[in-house]
Amino acid sequence: MSNESEGNFVTTDGRNIGGVMMEMKNITLRFGGVVALENISFNILEGEVRAIIGPNGAGKSSMLNVISGFYIPQEGEVIFQGSPRPSLKPFEVAHQGIARTFQNIALFEGMSVLDNVMTGRLTKMKTGIFSQMIWAGKAEREEIENREAVEKIIDFLEIQAIRKTPVSRLPYGLKKRVELARALAAEPNLLLLDEPMAGMNVEEKQDMSRFILDVNSEFGTTIALIEHDMGVVMDLSDRVVVMDYGRKIGDGTPDEVRNNQEVIDAYLGVSHD
Amino acid sequence: MPDQVLFAAEVMLNGLMAGVLYSLVALGFVLIFKASGIFNYAQGVMALFAALTLVGIMDGQVPFSHLINAIFGTNIHHFGWHTPALLAIILTVMVMVLFAWLVQKFIFRHLVNQEPIILFMATIGLAYFLEGVGDLMWGSDIKKLDVGIPKGINETIDSLTYNAFGYGFFIDNLDIFATFVAVILVAILVCFSQYTKQGRALRAVADDHQAALSVGISLSYIWILVWSIAGFVALVAGTIWGAKSGVQFSLSLIALKALPVLMLGGFTSIPGAIIGGLIIGVGEKLFEFLVGPWIGGATENWFAYVLALLFLVFRPQGLFGEKIIERV
Repeated sequence: MSNESEGNFVTTDGRNIGGVMMEMKNITLRFGGVVALENISFNILEGEVRAIIGPNGAGKSSMLNVISGFYIPQEGEVIFQGSPRPSLKPFEVAHQGIARTFQNIALFEGMSVLDNVMTGRLTKMKTGIFSQMIWAGKAEREEIENREAVEKIIDFLEIQAIRKTPVSRLPYGLKKRVELARALAAEPNLLLLDEPMAGMNVEEKQDMSRFILDVNSEFGTTIALIEHDMGVVMDLSDRVVVMDYGRKIGDGTPDEVRNNQEVIDAYLGVSHD
Repeated sequence: MPDQVLFAAEVMLNGLMAGVLYSLVALGFVLIFKASGIFNYAQGVMALFAALTLVGIMDGQVPFSHLINAIFGTNIHHFGWHTPALLAIILTVMVMVLFAWLVQKFIFRHLVNQEPIILFMATIGLAYFLEGVGDLMWGSDIKKLDVGIPKGINETIDSLTYNAFGYGFFIDNLDIFATFVAVILVAILVCFSQYTKQGRALRAVADDHQAALSVGISLSYIWILVWSIAGFVALVAGTIWGAKSGVQFSLSLIALKALPVLMLGGFTSIPGAIIGGLIIGVGEKLFEFLVGPWIGGATENWFAYVLALLFLVFRPQGLFGEKIIERV
């Protein structure tokens, strides 16, 4: 990989891309005899939109699950904000400022949209249990602050109309958006999106793309996303990692990746002999 | 007013009071089931164990004294002091929290993502284990529990109803006290679950484990918390039941009466557990009073189960349970 692409440059649309936020070093993940990830290294820079693409079963979701702590790799090292990260539990990773969404949507179906987004603020709540129960002083102030932050995100993602609706009644596209809202409520440093546009129609895809770009430019949130749709990925991302059969086969700007012969083979299919 | 009607009203009131105790036990089941999907067969034994521990601490009993005596040939039974009720209750709560931690650490942490039936079997094992530990720790004799709960007929209600209807209602002070405690307990639980960070986290875990993890909730912390709360509810139920009829091992059988309560109320609803308990309490007393004499009495033993059976046929999700809809 070329070194000049690492760190401290300004994109054509004027966003600042900073130093290395997260570095994956020689990650290998196995399930029994199946190798899901094989010796994969790449990094994520502050403020960029990083895409992970690849055909079905390439190991994209496994990669995201390693970053968010749901899987613990057998080999390799994750370096987050300059220091090696020990193998953390998923909830500990969330406390480090890494939020995520899921491929198959994991929302609290029984709660309203507002309550769902509020759970995203759990890492931000500090007051004691008893003052919260009697709704006293500091706890009340904290709740109001959190509500304000949540309302801002709800406005931002244009889901005001469904604030009080139970999530189980929402259509698929809106659920995806609520899940994004919950992840944003944590004010993450790094946002992981697992196929944010899977199963959406063209309009919904356009909306979602716009939101992802807005989140990145307005909040300066670093985003790592997995996506199938090549067109979408090329438009959204600053840099792309391409995976196939658990290996990394390409890494670079969308243009570089598009012209990489191995990537073309993986996507268009080629006879292996 | 005819005596029969007045008498029926009195029976109903007493049924309500008895129902409160069923509700308390059922509440413990619902809490754990909601948060972790575990049907905790040991809830009744937990109530027994909590009551045994409370009595033991109050009387200054030496835990495991039989075992110690058998091994070392000593003859110790009591420390010779009496612990004040409030201190003993606080200590018992601490024991129940420790129990919650042990259960999580040694049993359920190793059974994450297992089938519900396996978790259920684990709680059956836990029930018998805990019953054995209770026996070994505090002995199997029937104990008197006196934490200062008022007992006996409530004179005010007796004289008021006598003046109004010419027939004095017999309502036990203990039952009135139990009702108050239950109301306060439910109010605290509702405040906790609706207004605190931990309550919100608990509801989140009850809904979706994966999503809860992703917003930074520690599952094992929540499970220890919920088992502790269930332990506390068990202590309240065990204390009131123990004060009413002595702390004895048949106490663990009250868990079985909570089963029909849950079928009525729904396994996932806190208000359901309360109202289900009240319906069973009133229902079995009234049924015994109205129909009992015609069919030879002793209907209290089976009424609750028959009612539960009817619910299973006609409304399997209970009165307040979440409707089971399978989308295809």
